[in-house]
Amino acid sequence: MGRILIKRIMLGLITMWIVSIMVFTATEILPGDVASAIMGKSATPEALQSIRTELGLDQPALVRYGGWLMDIFSGDLGNSLATGRKITELIGERLGNTIVLAVATALFAVPLSIFLGLFAAMFPGSFFDRGVSTSTLCLVSVPEFFIASVLVLIFSISLNWLPAISQISLNAPFLKLVQALALPVMTLTAAIMAHMARMTRTSVLNVVSSPYIEMAILKGVPRRTIIVRHAFPNALSPIFNVVALNLAYLISGVVIVETMFAYPGIARLMVDAVTNRDIPLVQACAMLFCSTYVGLNMLADLLSTIFNPRLRFPK
Amino acid sequence: MNPKPKGILPKNDSCPADDSSRSDRPPPKRNLRLGATCWIGISILLVWLFVALFGPLLAPHPQGEMISYDSFAPMGEVGILGGDYIGRDIFSRLLFGARMTMGLALIATVLAFVLGGVFGFLAAAGGGWVDQVLSRLNDAIMAFPSIMLALIVIAALGTSIPVLIIMVCLIEATPVFRLTRALGMDISVMDFVEAARARGENISWIVRREIFPNTIVPLAAEFGLRYTYSILFISALSFLGLGVQPPQADWGVMVRENMIGLTYGSPAAVIPAAAIGSLTVAINLIVDAFVEHGNRDVSEEMI
Repeated sequence: MGRILIKRIMLGLITMWIVSIMVFTATEILPGDVASAIMGKSATPEALQSIRTELGLDQPALVRYGGWLMDIFSGDLGNSLATGRKITELIGERLGNTIVLAVATALFAVPLSIFLGLFAAMFPGSFFDRGVSTSTLCLVSVPEFFIASVLVLIFSISLNWLPAISQISLNAPFLKLVQALALPVMTLTAAIMAHMARMTRTSVLNVVSSPYIEMAILKGVPRRTIIVRHAFPNALSPIFNVVALNLAYLISGVVIVETMFAYPGIARLMVDAVTNRDIPLVQACAMLFCSTYVGLNMLADLLSTIFNPRLRFPK
Repeated sequence: MNPKPKGILPKNDSCPADDSSRSDRPPPKRNLRLGATCWIGISILLVWLFVALFGPLLAPHPQGEMISYDSFAPMGEVGILGGDYIGRDIFSRLLFGARMTMGLALIATVLAFVLGGVFGFLAAAGGGWVDQVLSRLNDAIMAFPSIMLALIVIAALGTSIPVLIIMVCLIEATPVFRLTRALGMDISVMDFVEAARARGENISWIVRREIFPNTIVPLAAEFGLRYTYSILFISALSFLGLGVQPPQADWGVMVRENMIGLTYGSPAAVIPAAAIGSLTVAINLIVDAFVEHGNRDVSEEMI
């Protein structure tokens, strides 16, 4: 057991290392370099050269990669090219907002989709089951900005209940915070719910076809009890897996939603950085998102190993 | 896509009541019975395909022409679907945009299938270090959330149509590679392939006549899914301002341009978003019916 966990964590670290190489290489394929990006097109060759020496750009790529990695570990991410401010500051200001958005979405979407999936599994083939299946398929197929814009038209424009722009600050009164978060959370929930609900249904139904459930049916246990008491606990492992994977998928949803609602989070910071071609900031944000993604994927594997004894002892 | 399991207790209503009558029946037809949702999907897809092919001929105005001095002129007043943020005809731009949105994604997906498919079969057939190298490379690309990969590449290279196509092709090729490799490996150990080898058929004949035909159904379903992902992905980038660039009409660009209109209650941003949604839902409905059909028991079809 312990050895498998350590092995999986090592694999995650190696993945992170590969990711860091790829993120760093992105700057190497940049036509021109950071120096010309700072100085603009009219810079003289001498000025460029001095900036290169100052930033250490005249060093070989491997040395610079090593230095960059060391800087990341020591928590110094450098300065943003566009604003000149410290990147750790820029990210620090917004990190909380994105975490609040993600946690709120997880708290809302995970129970909802597991409930829907369980209910659908209780009555397979029923009207409710088909309704859940078709509507979640439709929700996952449409772009996030479609869901978001329809929600804005309904809740902000027609009903005038919720703000269309989510300018949140974490010290605002709780009700204000909930109002600002409502539409982004609803959009993200719609985007990630489908997979989780369908997977819950499928894994519960898979368990239901096993002999011990047949035994319970023959014994006369009510259907609801069979699903909740006998089938669901054994279906937890694949469900955990798909939940963690979908929280990782949340990352791409967050990018769209933060742009749509002008939400002051990390994703929008990164999109702005890409638009300004502010490479150091892009690198920092990318490393942050990618490590979250790798971490969640690793967590998914670890959880399913812990909850599924068969995976603990591979043949 | 996971195969849908049957209900709690297997239904027995499909069991033939009288076996003796079977010989009198005509041989079973392998007819494709498709549900209503599938037909809805097919009709929506056909409409959009028609628009993508002939849209520019049908459009009442050129895509850049301003037909109104007002922003967000309401529906019915100007044009069929109203005007956009600088008074251009939304209906015409929607017709022009179809070609861009659907065409770009189609090119990227086809290229992804060629790339992923060729390398996938190569890994399956080659095995050994060829497989190891290709698979680890594939894992490295898959370790990124695809949107992050796209944002990094665009930050480094800037955005243009070729960059978009190559990037989406690379991102979409990774799952295709995984699928074709798995399919190729599964099928190449089956008895009929063994038999063909024993007959002394050469490797290319085996791939063409025995392995490839057996992968068509799952690959076709995968193509539908990858195509919708490409559409959503490119539209998302255009929506972020990092994909197709204005003034070119593209559905994702149109959503971005007209987003501000939402605060005035104008549906100008919702219309192109709905167009993307209807297209992707349609393809997903078709794929879903297709997968469901493929998962039906063979025995069920024999009766």
